[in-house]
Amino acid sequence: MKLFGTYDVRYTQCSAIFRTRVHKVIFALFLVLLLFLPMLTGSQFISLINQIAVTSISTIGLMILVGYAGQISLGQSAFMAVGAYTSGLLVTLAGFPFLLALPCAGLAAGLAGLIFGIPSLRLKGFYLAMATLAASFIIPWLIIWVRPDITGGVYPGLTVPPPDIFGIRCDTETSIYYLFISVTIIMVYFAKNITRTRVGRALVAIRDNDLAAEVLGINIFKYKLIAFFICSVYAGVAGALWGHWQRALNPEHFTLMDSVWYLGMIVIGGLGSIMGAIFGTTFIRVLEHFVTFIAPVLEGLLPEGLAGGYGIYIFVGLGALTFGLSMVLFLIFEPRGINHAWRVFLASWRLHPFSD
Amino acid sequence: MTFFLQLTVTGLLTGSLYALIALGIVLIYKATRVFNFAQGEVLIISGLMTTTFMSMFGIALGLICGIIIAFFMGLVVERLTLRPLIGQPILSTIMMTLGLAWVLRGYGTIGWQSTIRHLPEFIPAGQFKLGEVGVSQTHLVAFIVSMLAFILFAIFFKKTKLGLGMRATAENHQYAQSTGINVRGVFAMTWAISCMTAGLAAILLGAIGGGISPTVSMIGLKAFPAVIVGGLESLPGAVIGGLAIGLIEAWAGGLIHPSLIDITPYVILLFVLFIKPYGIFGLIRIERV
Repeated sequence: MKLFGTYDVRYTQCSAIFRTRVHKVIFALFLVLLLFLPMLTGSQFISLINQIAVTSISTIGLMILVGYAGQISLGQSAFMAVGAYTSGLLVTLAGFPFLLALPCAGLAAGLAGLIFGIPSLRLKGFYLAMATLAASFIIPWLIIWVRPDITGGVYPGLTVPPPDIFGIRCDTETSIYYLFISVTIIMVYFAKNITRTRVGRALVAIRDNDLAAEVLGINIFKYKLIAFFICSVYAGVAGALWGHWQRALNPEHFTLMDSVWYLGMIVIGGLGSIMGAIFGTTFIRVLEHFVTFIAPVLEGLLPEGLAGGYGIYIFVGLGALTFGLSMVLFLIFEPRGINHAWRVFLASWRLHPFSD
Repeated sequence: MTFFLQLTVTGLLTGSLYALIALGIVLIYKATRVFNFAQGEVLIISGLMTTTFMSMFGIALGLICGIIIAFFMGLVVERLTLRPLIGQPILSTIMMTLGLAWVLRGYGTIGWQSTIRHLPEFIPAGQFKLGEVGVSQTHLVAFIVSMLAFILFAIFFKKTKLGLGMRATAENHQYAQSTGINVRGVFAMTWAISCMTAGLAAILLGAIGGGISPTVSMIGLKAFPAVIVGGLESLPGAVIGGLAIGLIEAWAGGLIHPSLIDITPYVILLFVLFIKPYGIFGLIRIERV
């Protein structure tokens, strides 16, 4: 959707991230807002933003794999575990600085993703989902049982120091916030650029029809592996950030259920757009936050005899129920996700008197 | 040697339960091309409902009510969630059943909490000796019921009108419709029957002694490898896959390391996907642009 009076004359204009000066101004204002946000709000809100940022990195990676390349992965949280443990072990055992451990974590997770992406050569749909489902059981098992003396196993787990950037320890929510936001912006920038280059176009071609893409001369296997690699690199970076933020790692933090949530986020956000991943993540995380407020209220409504110890089940059950229901409702009523609804809203706002 | 035989028997008996759950998944996939990731959750909800019915109406009536309610649950689930998605891409149906799994799990947690519910003992517990090997009676009943269900399904697909209609629908929805088959009715019945299988599996699971709670959906997850190993379209494949998974899992857990029980099914799954991607009896789809 373009503003009136702006025409794309060249291909570079059409594929530019910022098409008009207004876009650039809005983006600059947004950056300024992000810069001053911690001064305007409390630490609980900042903590929620951190959660959204770190999850967004992971879902953006998944968006490239699922939304652009059309492959399915149920192993995203397992690849996050690979990243988290790589970075955690490199920092604690090998004494790597955090900024060096972070890309290493991405690479390690990327390699793990490549291994589990190999079946994608011959597999599609459910079968591929199954291959990645196996990853989300096998990887945590390896972490628990292969070298529990190093990884700490399930108990006591692995203790990780907070990020240390050129001597600055990021151990408050605010400092973590600045770290997470800058990494997220870099990752979004990379993702945006991947999707508008040769690689991105090849991935979209494979998604739309893989046989036709092969006829066009696209090496399907290579590009599918690239998609798996990118996806897992994002997962690894997100996992490493998450680990250094929480400072305690346990394989049970990275379950199949989390992978399903990430998939749900990108479906709710709208497949095939980087912004959709961020929208969906924000939607689900805010909903999750909302449940923590509403559950005690519901518990208070219960008759006196039932209330004892029942609250936790309402909380857990309501969280699952709202997530599942939002996924089901979005698939039925808005299969193109929040991103599509947002586009429609923008268009009707711009065309105001003439929109239907 | 006795230990090995014991493992084999236990593995086969556990595997029969996986096979029963896998049968339900294959049934839905055959007719509607939907892989039901929520089969484990359907199982748990119908199991929990059965425990409630049993405490209300007694054992026999409770069992019947549990099976009937599972049947209607299938009808409702199909009508509300999968019917609107006909013609949508595969990813949508995968996400729908995953979302459905979360809805059912949330419902189970709110309705029954996370405590383990045991069914009252309706199959006499205890075990008898077969030579040196001990066979648990409840496990044996579960095994026999699973095999009976499989045989019934085989006859159902070969002989009955509805079964033939389901097979025709599985081949091609449009062709089936043009020969006068009520495709919507077939979809609804498939889900209902499949959920009934899950209900049966839930009762057997409760009888075996593990009990039912909203957190034991792991058993549903273990049926997925069974389905893939056997091949998505094949009923005998589901049974053989289920038995094979149970058997190898028991061997690996007993002979090598107990922790292997959790991942052996998935290692086998990966192995099969690498070597024979469409399973032992699965159809290799030929695609044309």
